Amino acid sequence: MTAIPPKNSAARRQFLFDSAKMACGVGMLGLGLGLYAKQSKALPALALRPPGALAEADFLGACIRCGMCVRDCPYNTLELAKPEAPVATGTPYFTARNIPCEMCEDIPCVKACPTKALDHDLTDINKAKMGVAVLIDHETCLNFLGLRCDVCYRVCPVIDKAITLDMQPNTRTGRHAMFLPTVHSEHCTGCGKCEKSCVLEEAAIRILPPKLAKGELGKHYRLGWEEQKKAGHSLIDESKMVDLPDRLPEGARLPGHYDPASGQTEAMRGMSGQEVVTIPSLPPGLGGKP
Amino acid sequence: MSRAAHKKRIGAEAIEEKGWLGAHKWLLLRRVSQLSILALFLVGPLAGLWIVKGNLNYSYTLNVLPLTDPYVALQSLVAGNVPEKLGLIGVAIAIAFYLLVGGRVYCSWVCPINMVTDAAGWLRDRLGIKGASSLSAKTRYWILGMTLLGSALTGIVLWELINPVSMLHRGLIFGIGTAWMVVLAIFLFDLFVMNRGWCGRLCPVGAFYGLLGKWSPVRVSASKRSACNDCMDCFEVCPEPQVIRPALKGEGKGVGPVILAANCTNCGRCIDVCSKDVFNFGLRGNNPASTASIRVQSGAK
Repeated sequence: MTAIPPKNSAARRQFLFDSAKMACGVGMLGLGLGLYAKQSKALPALALRPPGALAEADFLGACIRCGMCVRDCPYNTLELAKPEAPVATGTPYFTARNIPCEMCEDIPCVKACPTKALDHDLTDINKAKMGVAVLIDHETCLNFLGLRCDVCYRVCPVIDKAITLDMQPNTRTGRHAMFLPTVHSEHCTGCGKCEKSCVLEEAAIRILPPKLAKGELGKHYRLGWEEQKKAGHSLIDESKMVDLPDRLPEGARLPGHYDPASGQTEAMRGMSGQEVVTIPSLPPGLGGKP
Repeated sequence: MSRAAHKKRIGAEAIEEKGWLGAHKWLLLRRVSQLSILALFLVGPLAGLWIVKGNLNYSYTLNVLPLTDPYVALQSLVAGNVPEKLGLIGVAIAIAFYLLVGGRVYCSWVCPINMVTDAAGWLRDRLGIKGASSLSAKTRYWILGMTLLGSALTGIVLWELINPVSMLHRGLIFGIGTAWMVVLAIFLFDLFVMNRGWCGRLCPVGAFYGLLGKWSPVRVSASKRSACNDCMDCFEVCPEPQVIRPALKGEGKGVGPVILAANCTNCGRCIDVCSKDVFNFGLRGNNPASTASIRVQSGAK
């Protein structure tokens, strides 16, 4: 080591300093770019990816920003993000309220993708998961106000599966029904036609990323009634079931009410099923008698 | 025109000697190449004539020819993603092409930013802007390394978040948004801040293509270097002036006349501006250490 000529040593020092300069300067740039990359993974809730798109973090690594999906979409649904958009520059997205996905059966956007950013195994558009529709505002939805708008339900390409109308009594009038659009996430593809066609100034039903739209039961949760259906019988020995007295307003009598523990309805046991279903639980006006 | 008295414009001699067309032949061919590639992409969206779909990152021509940008594909690869079949074929074709004709042919014959930085360079020369700050031409390799490392770490095709080349090209085809500001920034940067700053020092796309075509056979050669009269026009006009010297001035050192540096973009401007026709396109293998005899031939002709 002692044999290094001084000239060589100076050159080496210079080389190290130059390299340090580069590493620091470019490192700064890289840091900024990395933080920007981190930000870009946060896709805004209303920007939807094409059908079959990988989860956002994977999508940004697989998509090469070529725009082939945009070109092969027959409805001009998709666009490539411009630098000022809050979506990673050059990546395809759509806004349901502007142009929703028409759910082409042959899914041309996926076919056009030269990478795995759009999953080529997606061949049934009904299995797409671009998002989940959520009837987000119960205060302005016309059906929740007791009117018969039904537009989101009517336009749904998976009508009666992804969106159903659930009949509820209208307690405001006391004599009408409300037909509440109800989304069933397992069938909803997130195409956005409901959001697009919502007649309000601001849509009351919107497509959200599943992550925002969905709750999740603990993995250990079991729904007793489903387990019972699966097993074909009750999972417990019902004869050993302890029944606690039901709380009723003092002096109240519910004819036909099965409550062995209260000691009040013992005599009612053995009543026929007919009487059991006439138990009044509906509000006045909906109880069957006109 | 008082400036003209101080300094003769680059290539003035060549124009006298060969005429304006002769002194701009390769420049014109390059512009035709750049603009027609752009036009092919544009007739789809503008006229509904779909010859080429996509953009420079990936394109599909006449539903038969896929082309993929190997640098974008590489970033995606280190982020853990392999393209589909067409994407892979596209990468293979693009790599084969640039291995053959020279990687940085992409820069001077295809890239739309080249016209922006060439314009800045031309205006810089016209306005006589001198000096200003400088950066090592090696900076781009550091940036290239950073984008690959960064893509691996973030799992994102990192450079595409801000790549001005694809922003401009994609912008022209799919709608430009505010990308024009980025392009303007590069123009002004090259004009006022740093001579040939973007393409010559910073752009990792060029760095990648340079490395890709490092051993390409198609090269500019100073085969009649003995006729050089040291007018310096080629150095003035070259976007990567450091690549010329070893070949042009290598006679005494036993270095052949072929420009072997990876960063030569095969733009051919040196061929255009040389009044003595020192340069020509040739093959890498045709690289004799001494070219003194070639002068005799040209003199005899």
